[in-house]
Amino acid sequence: MIAIPSRHKSLVLLAGVIVLQVILLAMQIKRDSQGRLLRVWTVGAVSPFERAGSYGFGWFRDTWRHYFALRNTTKENERLREENDALKLQVAQLQGKAAEADRLAVLLNFRKSHADVPMIGARVIGASAGAASQTIQLDRGERDGIRRNMGVITPDGVIGKVVESYSNTSQVLLLTDKESGVGATLADSRIQSPVGGQGEPLLIMKYVPNDDSVNLGERVVTSGMDRIFPRDLPVGTVTDIKPGNPFKQIRIKPAANLERLEEVIVLLSLHPLEMKSEADPAAAQPSTPGVANSSTAAKP
Amino acid sequence: MIDTFEIRGGGSHIEVHKFRAGAIIIATLLALVIQASFPVHFARAAILDLPLLVTIYFGLSRRNPSTGLLLGMSIGLLQDSLSGPTVPLGLYGIAKTIIGYLASSIGARLDTEHPAARFALTAVFFIAHQGLISLTRRILLAQPESWFNMRVFIAALVNAIVAVFLFLLLDRLRKRS
Repeated sequence: MIAIPSRHKSLVLLAGVIVLQVILLAMQIKRDSQGRLLRVWTVGAVSPFERAGSYGFGWFRDTWRHYFALRNTTKENERLREENDALKLQVAQLQGKAAEADRLAVLLNFRKSHADVPMIGARVIGASAGAASQTIQLDRGERDGIRRNMGVITPDGVIGKVVESYSNTSQVLLLTDKESGVGATLADSRIQSPVGGQGEPLLIMKYVPNDDSVNLGERVVTSGMDRIFPRDLPVGTVTDIKPGNPFKQIRIKPAANLERLEEVIVLLSLHPLEMKSEADPAAAQPSTPGVANSSTAAKP
Repeated sequence: MIDTFEIRGGGSHIEVHKFRAGAIIIATLLALVIQASFPVHFARAAILDLPLLVTIYFGLSRRNPSTGLLLGMSIGLLQDSLSGPTVPLGLYGIAKTIIGYLASSIGARLDTEHPAARFALTAVFFIAHQGLISLTRRILLAQPESWFNMRVFIAALVNAIVAVFLFLLLDRLRKRS
């Protein structure tokens, strides 16, 4: 047997470990498997800490924003502020809850105005562990009816789609990820083209010929052609247009603030959806409280 | 038990540090959880790569290439599995394996205790890490990826600054000699 000099053992180990991982990569590409078992274990182990951290951090941030950060704004009032510390702390906590209630009310109104679409609200508890992907983690998963390829939105617009669903959590690929995309239409000219991410805050509209007329500030909405999102959901607005070869280079600012997501809505359907317009008075009528619960979510 | 010992060679000596029980595991898991949680509240925090900084720190401190590369591999694979299915298992794994190996190899030859040395090494390792990810994406995954841009340069500087302070914090986990 060939003896390996001790000074070369770590090099041999390095080579072996890298070869193993290259084989692991190759297997994932060839079989299209994503190492689900390891991912389930890791996410299952980390998500409770993320969940706890998310709630704890939210409390800390609200307290900081509404209490400590304001504490030294005026020196004259310092003595008075100290006297009222306890009271302000309570106010800060209530303000945080009120802000959260406002956000949830917006979500609830959105859901009521689209009662025919099965959907469920979820809280963002984590983000991607590296810059190679743009994902977020939700506190709801398979037990709540969430499956892969379901669309994720906020009342402001499209967020992305579910790429992995675990029992209690799920991962969402944001529109800004390089591998993300959504079927879209320019709202005024009705030109259809997919919109995708490029790993940056702005999105890109890919296949609009140079001959077509596109205006800065024009709204971009979903086309429904991807069979994930219903038609006419806001995607973003055109912020930059450059001629390209053979297609224009159109950059789009997402309608939803993808960098500050706290609560989102998951569209609980893998079938093409039709969503009524916000302007449709029939759709805007408040519906029964049942629309916000999982009974609605169970609709096909 | 010897907690700190020295590598001698060429007239110089370099300390090899040991850490309190569980310190490496807890620091690693904490880095992964913070990495996955912070950007939700501070989008700009996504520029940090805490798992990489932990890999570099323990590599430089332990100064054993075998443990350095195995720790790098473990952290990388965990980061892969937390990054969603668009990141294949092995992408960060390969990059951090090599960085862990390089950090512990360099740590065994140089004194890396000075903040300036830590700053420079972290910046270089960060850029090398991005280069390895680009290389893996281009060659093994056939995905277009830029080698270097201004964003990587800025991220390297930011991570190097954070590393100086983070490493001082992690120094407290060392066993006293």
